[in-house]
Amino acid sequence: MIGGLTKFSVRFLKEIFLPPYEIEQVRKHMIELGMKTLPIVGVTGFIIGLVIAMQLSPVLKRFGAEAFLPGSVGISIVRELGPVICALIFAGRVSSGIGAELGSMRVTEQIDAMEVSGVNPFRYLVVTRIFATTFILPILTVYVIFISLIGAYIAVVLVQNMTWAYYIDRVIFAVEFGDAIPGVSKTFVFGFIVGLVGSFKGYTAENGTEGVGKASTSAVVVSSLLILIFDMVLVKLSLWIWPVVK
Amino acid sequence: MVEIADLHKSFGSNIVLNGVSLNVSEAENMVVFGRSGTGKSVLLKCVIRLMEPDSGNIKIQDKDVLKLDIKELNELRKDIGFLFQGAALYDSMTVRENLEFPLIRNFELDRKEIDSRVHFVLEAVSLLEAIDKMPSELSGGMRKRIGLARSIITKPKLMLYDEPTTGLDPITAKEISVLIIDLQHQLKMTSIVVTHDLLCAKIIADRAIVLHDGKIVKEGSIDDLVSSEDPLLKNFFSDEIIETNGSLK
Repeated sequence: MIGGLTKFSVRFLKEIFLPPYEIEQVRKHMIELGMKTLPIVGVTGFIIGLVIAMQLSPVLKRFGAEAFLPGSVGISIVRELGPVICALIFAGRVSSGIGAELGSMRVTEQIDAMEVSGVNPFRYLVVTRIFATTFILPILTVYVIFISLIGAYIAVVLVQNMTWAYYIDRVIFAVEFGDAIPGVSKTFVFGFIVGLVGSFKGYTAENGTEGVGKASTSAVVVSSLLILIFDMVLVKLSLWIWPVVK
Repeated sequence: MVEIADLHKSFGSNIVLNGVSLNVSEAENMVVFGRSGTGKSVLLKCVIRLMEPDSGNIKIQDKDVLKLDIKELNELRKDIGFLFQGAALYDSMTVRENLEFPLIRNFELDRKEIDSRVHFVLEAVSLLEAIDKMPSELSGGMRKRIGLARSIITKPKLMLYDEPTTGLDPITAKEISVLIIDLQHQLKMTSIVVTHDLLCAKIIADRAIVLHDGKIVKEGSIDDLVSSEDPLLKNFFSDEIIETNGSLK
């Protein structure tokens, strides 16, 4: 599978520079995928923010460091939780959808029909989807981070008397440029992984409806696993580029 | 128009095409018979290079299909229509978008010409009322008709039909066969039709071949094949099962 996925990525990199550029299709997929995922990532982000703040509050209190609650929550959401949780949910929702859609098109010969009509199905179906997932996930991540911070604020208000303005001020004070940039920029890679794996699994599906089911399921498993592996590598890389030292 | 020479194709140890040679003249309707799994659909897919044969030669309009690069192949494909067994309509598009798809992407036509072609093919298949429907709203016969309309909208010189009447009731199957031959005469296309349906073949075929064990075992008119004393052909075309030493000859 790794060989197939690598060949698929190389083909993607070759095809993106060749016309026709399906900008309208990319825009359509971005809106579709973004709107489809917006509610679920929003709700999850809100709950994660709330829970993290509720969990951290007594721990920080134990060390007499309650004042650091907004900053600690902000850093953990911006650096890690927001991007990764958003990417994992996006993988579950979108990678499986792309796998099932392209898989179904493959087994019902729609991709072959496209090919015999002289249209390059890889460019029309795959390149556009990978582009869309790569660029929509960072936007969703920023949204998730914002919603998570709202969730965390509600938890903070429950235990401390703090205004929204003071809370945000504390978060902005704690979260630096070096926290936000790697946090959000790694989601370009996660978005690419989601689109690539979903498209690969669907585009190469075989054995009828059983193959479509397998493509959809394994797209989620493989893309989630790759997101976590790449997260590990990218965190190490970002700490090397932007060391957390004051 | 189409020249196939010594075509071989295997999947692992399973030899599907074992030296198939075939010539189809311009405006001729060639029917390919054979039991399931004898490589009829594989033959069609090799002709249009949806599958790469292991060896052999294929020429369409004197162009060596197997030596064309992807750009040249796509140019050639503009002159070829392919009707898939399940019609292969694009699920996410309406009938109109399905029909417009190859025109918008491959030909520089103005809106008026595109609309005129869409209306022409829909009238030809008697489904003008389905223009804004989704494929999921169509019956099997309607899907085949729309698939046929999409294949001919580019005015191809060569049409390839993969089981055009499979899964249809006898009346609809006959209607589709008559529609195919009508369009054939109207647009003066050459065609290769893969089918099991004798009635469909009788309506369409100028000439027919029978594929067995990856080889052409008989060639001639439909009447010649049907009246043949060959046990294999008798088995294929009659209602009775004839023993040929425990297996088909």
